[in-house]
Amino acid sequence: MAAARALRGGGFCCCRRLLLSSPRLLSSFSPSSGGGPRTERQESAGPGFSPPAHSRSDWIGPPDKHSNLRPVVFYVPAEESPLERRLREARQEAQACDQRFWARHNRAFQQEKEEFIYSRLKAKGLEMRDETGKKATLNAEEMADFYKDFLSKNFRKHMQYNRDWYKRNFTITFLMGQVALLRALRWLRWKKKNVGN
Amino acid sequence: MSAARGCGPARGLAGLFLWHLRSPGTRQIPCPFLHLCHVANDRLFTFQYFNFLKRMYVTQCNKDLSQRVKPKSDPVPSPFRELQQLDQEKKVIHKIRPISPVPQPLSEPSSRNGLREAESAAETEDSAVRAEAKEDRQWKEMKLQLDDLPGILARLSKIKLTALVVSTASAGFAMAPVPFDLTCFLLASLGTGLASCAANSINQFFEVPFDSNMNRTKNRPLVRGQISPLLAVCFAASCGVPGIALLTLGVNPLTGALGAFNIFLYTCCYTPMKRMSIANTWVGAVVGAIPPVMGWTAATGSLDAGALLLGGILYSWQFPHFNALSWALREDYSRGGYCMMSVTHPGLCRRVALRHCLALLGLCTLAPLLDVTTWTFPVVSLPINLYISYLAFRFYRDADRGSSRKLFFCSLWHLPLLLLVMFTCKKSFLEKDEKGDLLGGGHGRAVEMRLP
Repeated sequence: MAAARALRGGGFCCCRRLLLSSPRLLSSFSPSSGGGPRTERQESAGPGFSPPAHSRSDWIGPPDKHSNLRPVVFYVPAEESPLERRLREARQEAQACDQRFWARHNRAFQQEKEEFIYSRLKAKGLEMRDETGKKATLNAEEMADFYKDFLSKNFRKHMQYNRDWYKRNFTITFLMGQVALLRALRWLRWKKKNVGN
Repeated sequence: MSAARGCGPARGLAGLFLWHLRSPGTRQIPCPFLHLCHVANDRLFTFQYFNFLKRMYVTQCNKDLSQRVKPKSDPVPSPFRELQQLDQEKKVIHKIRPISPVPQPLSEPSSRNGLREAESAAETEDSAVRAEAKEDRQWKEMKLQLDDLPGILARLSKIKLTALVVSTASAGFAMAPVPFDLTCFLLASLGTGLASCAANSINQFFEVPFDSNMNRTKNRPLVRGQISPLLAVCFAASCGVPGIALLTLGVNPLTGALGAFNIFLYTCCYTPMKRMSIANTWVGAVVGAIPPVMGWTAATGSLDAGALLLGGILYSWQFPHFNALSWALREDYSRGGYCMMSVTHPGLCRRVALRHCLALLGLCTLAPLLDVTTWTFPVVSLPINLYISYLAFRFYRDADRGSSRKLFFCSLWHLPLLLLVMFTCKKSFLEKDEKGDLLGGGHGRAVEMRLP
């Protein structure tokens, strides 16, 4: 139901928890490399990448080829509190959502752009590649029609994504604030205990 | 925003960094400030070149004009709207260009040395670019490095855009017909700068996935994960609250209210509207127009006709500036989902640019009528305004990349020059008082001498 709705929605992220409950699924940017005993990390962060064992922070990678977003490998501490877990899962979910949306959107853009160029070149009686073998392109003025069409076609998709993105962004930032506060209180309590001893 | 381009300190700073780059190649960073400078110096290096090239009317430009970011709600007309981006992009662009050798006969040994030096500097630049690109492809730990923090916060707050915003506010302050109060001026500038930092940071906080997908914004700190969203919001709050408080309590409540309103307008109206409707351009123009008004109200404490005139000039200037810039970015806007006139209503885009260039002519003529300047101002500014109107007409007629670029570059020097001319033609308030006395006192009465 949620999945079907997501598909019907033209591919934009709907972020239903039902769909995104699995941590593995959430941060899969590419097939898991099946790396060693790093069960604490999301393995699917890119072929062959796993953070060093001693590291206790998240790692961020180069921009993804399709979505241009940078994947994050989240660190799962052993003593993760429920609040911290909620934050991490929200971030993973957001990441997967964004990745799915932008990868699909950018691929559609490239594809439709190619089709447009092809049809225009055909109308002009030219080939896709010129004599030197280089790909023929249209100039900016000719492409303007395509840009206008593409933008208006995807307007509703963008509006939905914007709403989701703002909601997610605020939720995650608010959770980060709560976690930071919790950690600060924990640290103060620990300090007081140590000073007392 | 372009006001800052004509700004002396910025040039001097750029010159300093140019010297720093040329000095035999130590890459050590002795202190955080220098580190910040180092990080930014390649940009400033190209800024220097950009200024040089601008003066040479070089029209050959990189394919990829970056968009200027709109300045924060703070003063400085929203030429920065997308301009700031343009700033950084331009700098990057020129960075990649090989440094052209000094145009002198090569037989002279001095010029040969200069050439070699230029070449080695170019090589350093190229290798720096390559190194940076390589580093960008690696995985990085998301841990905040305190050493990098000043640079990160500078990029987050779009510090150069902020500087331009502050300089526009200063222009507003300078044009106000009151005795110059240094304390008030400094407080107003600082408050404006802080408010600008806050608004820019929130703008970046709101736009992370969109920025990732556009060429000119993909290296921002939040996009690269160099800083967490929470920290960005905290930084914005710690700039915005003291900034507005400073304006309200240290200057006057009107300026504080304008500053707060501008932050709201930029972050809560302009930023979301960019993706909803082309009306964002008009909202953005207001955002850019408010800073000089703030400068004026900081000096006088009231919203006079002169303040509105100055705001009006900045407002009108935004359109040729931004519309010309956005012409080159249609692909990125289309893919990123931004609703801009250049994509959806290209005819309107060019018409509006031309319309507002002509409006500038009218506004400059209004200046002496409102006692802001003498009649010298419309006369001297006429050729400047006619030239930009001519370029806007060419853009309207030709609708191509070349004409849009020409118009954009013109707008960059047009505004600082206009403000400078305006300042030199400022009507002295002493003159006004004397004139009033003469008119009111009738002939035969001694004119009261007013000492400055």
